[in-house]
Amino acid sequence: MKTVYCRPKCMKEAHFHYCPGCGHGVITRLIAEVVDEMELRDKTICVAPAGCGMLLYNYFDIDTIESAHGRGAAVATGIKRVRPENLVFSYQGDGDLAAIGTAEGFHAANRGELISVIFVNNGVYGMTGGQMAPTTMLEQVTTTSPAGRDSVLQGHPVKICEVYATLDGTSYLERVAVNKPAAIIKTKKAIAKAFRHQQQKTGFSLVEILSPCPTNWKMSPLDSCRWVDDVMTKVFPLGLIKETKKC
Amino acid sequence: MSGNSAVGEAAVLAGCTAYFGYPITPQNELTEHMAKRIVEVPGGVFIQSESEIAAINMVLGASAAGARAMTSSSGPGISLKQEGISYLAADELPAVIVNMMRGGPGMGNISPAQSDYLQATRGGGHGDYRTIVLAPASVQEAADLVYVAFDLADTYRNPVVILGDGMLGQMMEPVTFTTAAPRKEYPKEYVLSGASGRPSRMIRSLLFDTKEEEEHNWKLFRKYQLMEHNEVRYETFLLDDADMAVLAYGIAARIAKGAIKRLRQEGLKVGLIRPITLWPFPMKIIQETAKQLGDFFVFEMSTGQMIEDVKLALEGKGHIHFYGRPGGVIPTPVELSRIIARHCYQSQRSKKR
Ligand SMILES: Cc1ncc(C[n+]2csc(CCOP(=O)(O)OP(=O)(O)O)c2C)c(N)n1
Repeated sequence: MKTVYCRPKCMKEAHFHYCPGCGHGVITRLIAEVVDEMELRDKTICVAPAGCGMLLYNYFDIDTIESAHGRGAAVATGIKRVRPENLVFSYQGDGDLAAIGTAEGFHAANRGELISVIFVNNGVYGMTGGQMAPTTMLEQVTTTSPAGRDSVLQGHPVKICEVYATLDGTSYLERVAVNKPAAIIKTKKAIAKAFRHQQQKTGFSLVEILSPCPTNWKMSPLDSCRWVDDVMTKVFPLGLIKETKKC
Repeated sequence: MSGNSAVGEAAVLAGCTAYFGYPITPQNELTEHMAKRIVEVPGGVFIQSESEIAAINMVLGASAAGARAMTSSSGPGISLKQEGISYLAADELPAVIVNMMRGGPGMGNISPAQSDYLQATRGGGHGDYRTIVLAPASVQEAADLVYVAFDLADTYRNPVVILGDGMLGQMMEPVTFTTAAPRKEYPKEYVLSGASGRPSRMIRSLLFDTKEEEEHNWKLFRKYQLMEHNEVRYETFLLDDADMAVLAYGIAARIAKGAIKRLRQEGLKVGLIRPITLWPFPMKIIQETAKQLGDFFVFEMSTGQMIEDVKLALEGKGHIHFYGRPGGVIPTPVELSRIIARHCYQSQRSKKR
């Protein structure tokens, strides 16, 4: 008999706490698969965020540290500078990276820190109950934009990849999604590519992943997956945003 | 050498290989010294961070990766670091944080002050924790205490604060660097280096389970009790025959010493207790002194912060006199001696009555 699907070696035998239909579970697993396939478990250090990804250390059987909300890129910087031989990645939500941690992410990118950021864009603050995030769509209803996000009062969705693309320190930026099988395969490839960029010391790498949050979007998992395509990708176009060197 | 540079140099000699900082007066010479010096050390890391928040979180990462890590700042920047210091304490990660205090609150000014005593000695950030706080009174002592700070941080796996002020940071004094005794090896079983040939490790402070969080709090508390038991440091000066004990730390203690020498010439028996650790605070020597004399004179370059600890130590005994100069004002020894003398005479008179 041939095994076609099993738990990645670098994952612990724990049950995800993620809600049904949430993209975090898929992304967590994809990272583990990539770490396995690139045989990186022994050298990888993960920085977990404050946000729905904060319990990553319960799932990854790799060295992991929790960071304060938004400070992942700074913590990862400290680790990577001390241990340049390790693979260091920070896992961050959109509130984490695009609001409270804007400065830390932006400047790590600008310095060209040799770290990778896995940036989960689900358009809301998931962990705290679905408040508006910097990436929330215009007119999207959240608990803190009950009338829908209004650009006059609440600004426009922040496009992290496009902003980071202007920084010379960044070498690989790609926006992907986890709302359907083909997209998931692309996401896995993008994560692997980010890690290769780090290994080849080309610069700062980031994968932005559009990820459904059915609980806080108040939609069924299926409708959430459709909404990623129908609404989110119109503002956050998928694809390679920047690659300075093929890896 | 300036106090700031001396602290930087001592840190490098103590094995600090990672420094992160953001410019703020009056501690810039320290950041500048590290920019040149730490990169000469194998594996030495220097980053001028985008903010003090980033700097302390880089310290946290570097410490988790096993380096002796340090950051420095002054008042406003130290406020920004408090979140990170709380995480360092919660995660039980060693680090050294230097605060060259200036006048506050708010932007305040850049003149020497002792405005952050309570912030430093009460943890400073959120949650139930403490940091060891060392208060040097000369450039030489500042350099010497840097070695102590790194060793204490590693021994207890806890952040240690060196609390100086703008004067200590910027004044120039001769300093000799003791080639620190060969560094002890500290167990590093918490360090993240990649799970090679060992189980994976995690460093975290999130404990949803209240029982677990409570146990973590008590564990930290027991560690703080050990520090209180083992790490109290202070200096006394002319205390044996004194009728009045001055209590002052850091540069204020230096000014007080000058004042006391003058008072002695006038025949006034005044001595000094100088806390070197502000936390843990030297309670016992104050309590013992209270058996010998009744008058304590607290002098601070603030409106009165350490005085709270003196009151706690005395438990209502004795009489506490106070003189404070906040806002970056530094009284001269002559000025201070006149004020202490007045208090001495007043209390002699009231005793006669
Ligand atoms: C300093 C600070 N402020 C606020 C919080 C509360 N908090 C925890 S997670 C979070 C938002 C998480 O949202 P996001 O980064 O978008 O990640 P998601 O949960 O959606 O994956 C907030 C506000 C905190 N932990 N620390």
